[in-house]
Amino acid sequence: MAAQEFVMQVWRGDSSAGAFKEYRVPASEGMVVLDVIHAIQAKHATDLAVRWNCKAGKCGSCSAEINGKPKLMCMTRMNSLDTSKPITVAPMKTFPIIRDLVTDVSFNYEMAKRVPPFKPRPKEPDGTYRMYQEDIDRVQEFHKCIECFLCQNVCHVIRDHQDNKKHFAGPRLFVRYAALEMHPLDTNDRRELLKDQMGLGYCNITKCCTEVCPEHIKITDNAIIPLKERVVDEFYDPIARLVRKITGK
Amino acid sequence: MAPDGNYESHNYDVIVIGAGGAGLRAAIEASAQGVKTALICKSLLGKAHTVMAEGGIAAAMGNVYPEDNWKVHFRDTMRGGKLLNNWRMAQIHAQEAPARVLELEEWGALFDRTKDGRILQRDFGGHRYARLAHVGDRTGLEMIRTLQQHAVHKGIDVFMECTMARLLKDGDRVCGAFGYWRESGRFIAFTAKAVVLATGGAGKAWKVTSNSWEYTGDGIAMAMDAGADLIDMEMVQFHPTGMVWPPSVRGILVTEGVRGDGGTLKNSTGKRFMFDYIPDFFKAETADTEKEADAWYEDKKNNKRTPDLLPRDEVARAINAEVKAGRGSPHGGVFLDIASRRSADYIQKRLPSMYHQFKELAGVDITKEAMEVGPTCHYIMGGVRVDGETTATTVPGLFAAGEVAAGLHGANRLGGNSLSDLLVFGRRAGQCAAEYAKKADGRVAAGEDQIAAVGQELLAPFSGKGGENPYSIHMDLQDCMQSLVGIIRTESELKKALGEIARFKERLQRVTVEGNRQYNPGWHLALDLRTMLAVAEACTLSALERKESRGGHTRDDYPKTDPNLAKINIVTRRVNGDLKLSHEPRPEMPAELKQLLEEQK
Repeated sequence: MAAQEFVMQVWRGDSSAGAFKEYRVPASEGMVVLDVIHAIQAKHATDLAVRWNCKAGKCGSCSAEINGKPKLMCMTRMNSLDTSKPITVAPMKTFPIIRDLVTDVSFNYEMAKRVPPFKPRPKEPDGTYRMYQEDIDRVQEFHKCIECFLCQNVCHVIRDHQDNKKHFAGPRLFVRYAALEMHPLDTNDRRELLKDQMGLGYCNITKCCTEVCPEHIKITDNAIIPLKERVVDEFYDPIARLVRKITGK
Repeated sequence: MAPDGNYESHNYDVIVIGAGGAGLRAAIEASAQGVKTALICKSLLGKAHTVMAEGGIAAAMGNVYPEDNWKVHFRDTMRGGKLLNNWRMAQIHAQEAPARVLELEEWGALFDRTKDGRILQRDFGGHRYARLAHVGDRTGLEMIRTLQQHAVHKGIDVFMECTMARLLKDGDRVCGAFGYWRESGRFIAFTAKAVVLATGGAGKAWKVTSNSWEYTGDGIAMAMDAGADLIDMEMVQFHPTGMVWPPSVRGILVTEGVRGDGGTLKNSTGKRFMFDYIPDFFKAETADTEKEADAWYEDKKNNKRTPDLLPRDEVARAINAEVKAGRGSPHGGVFLDIASRRSADYIQKRLPSMYHQFKELAGVDITKEAMEVGPTCHYIMGGVRVDGETTATTVPGLFAAGEVAAGLHGANRLGGNSLSDLLVFGRRAGQCAAEYAKKADGRVAAGEDQIAAVGQELLAPFSGKGGENPYSIHMDLQDCMQSLVGIIRTESELKKALGEIARFKERLQRVTVEGNRQYNPGWHLALDLRTMLAVAEACTLSALERKESRGGHTRDDYPKTDPNLAKINIVTRRVNGDLKLSHEPRPEMPAELKQLLEEQK
């Protein structure tokens, strides 16, 4: 291993003020950024605030900006970074700071409450459902989401324009909408809501969200674009519009 | 009370503490019964330990093997638990699990499918038939997300990042709980007619563990402090396969699904050593040649099960023995090989998160090379004593479900039986707590004195003068439990552990935390140490008391199983501040269930 110790610059502070503070931590093999943060807590700053749970990339709690890049701290190996220079660790920018690396992600939970629920079609006569693997493969991709909110964090619609949070659900929620809209059993229709209140049209497909997804969900291609197509088919297709006018439906 | 002891108050019919699978399912059920329900969790919603569960939910649906039914599942669970299980819980669990899985599907979960469009089931240790409903190797994520979204749409009040530190009592009854918001450090009190504990386990007291920071035994300790009985506290499960290298990931879980899907354990000589560790208890149902073991995956009628899928206690002990005998892998584990046995496509499709986890964290491509694995502290079978039907504890108004409760799994839990446990008994806890709350008359009240006393205790670490660092005490406790109260135990080491635990308790009196009350992990750990130490002490005392080897409890000085001790639970109670242990007879199993155990050998 190259470095004997890691030089870390960790953002410390709260909603009123804060700054990067430098810490030095002895290096050991295989360390991830979260290990280094824990070492700082144990030796230098017992009150260093950080969220984490599983430490295995499954719970999506330890999102942060490492050298400016949005990542999970538990899945970022120190040897993947240039440790000849100090490593910066900062909280996610899009969400209000609570303390140190912990941000207020309640926006995402509020948006989740507004998603119209799953409404399944009736069961088969034997009381179960039949679904085929090929019909659920694409929805299972969306169900891999661990709610780390890194996609929400990088989405420039809300990262640079906090006001948009009122009428823009963000990539995480679009993945959820897509999972419901493409679920073989679901009977709810969320297209008008997506168009009018969830700001689907604000997304201009820059794919920043897809790039940061630790679960490698193709958010833009597989969730957002198909949702946009569904909305267009419903509301902007001139032929469909004509048919509706004639049939009165 | 001092001004900083101020607290906000909430009043509910039922509060559920913990929002993993059991807590979510309990809250959904209580709310469905029409009572005012709150769900309180230590982390953000959807991050609880359930999210990490990998392999699947055990339920005898018979989709892959029509021969499967609740009776076979009951028998497997009892035998896996070395017959120490609460038979009524094992029966209810086996009978109700299939309906609970189908209910998840009705709420939007998407399990992997059979060719004819039904829920696919996979093989797991100790299960006679392929029985685990699953989604690749991320079943827990599917389960918690489905429950979480269902709960949110039902409008249940959720208190996130809110740690409950003590149960409140009104006379003999539990009447609520008191704790703090992690974000602000401010206090919060709940009064409730009924309380459901769904707080999970206590693995964070051990050094090598698959458990997250939350798993500090809060519910077990709170229940004991409120006067509830604990049972089987000596029964701790070490999952045979955790990662061992690099050091920073030691303990992270490697799903049993790897072996369920064809992976096999090998030692440094390349030998499939599990054939050397088949106990008499499982001889009649375990393959003794590699040929038969491999054939079993495809044809279960004419072949016996591979010893790689013996129950977890057996496999963990075998790995431990191989490493001790000098036949381990370079980093002190053994090899788990699926690369040479299944195609890369198959492995990536069935075990995507294992593939990802090893690739990212260890630089190992599991489709090309073997993994290095070793035992990791995973689960506590012991915990709060509950009634098998209602999940009621021995304290009025207090219910418990999931890992915090004891009984279902006996001396050893089978893989896949945890997720089904959460659903089956989470639902029952919610239902019974709601019924209790409806019947309970009059308002309950905790009284200001009780609340003020708790508030002062919680703030003590800020005014502590001893300078003890909570992280140092925690690390020392983990070392102690790992080396002295681990897989293999012996009287002298257990006694030594008790001495150390007593010293940790003294050190905790001198703990000092820096900073303020706002999102302060050092303070949180100082408070969690109290519960971890209580669990560690109860576990060690019970381990000393059970002078035999059974399931997750192996005594070097009492290596045999003692049939007389199958008839008792070791019960732990707090009496005037001290822990008191007693042997109490287990309820007699009805003849028809006894017969099930006999006839299906």
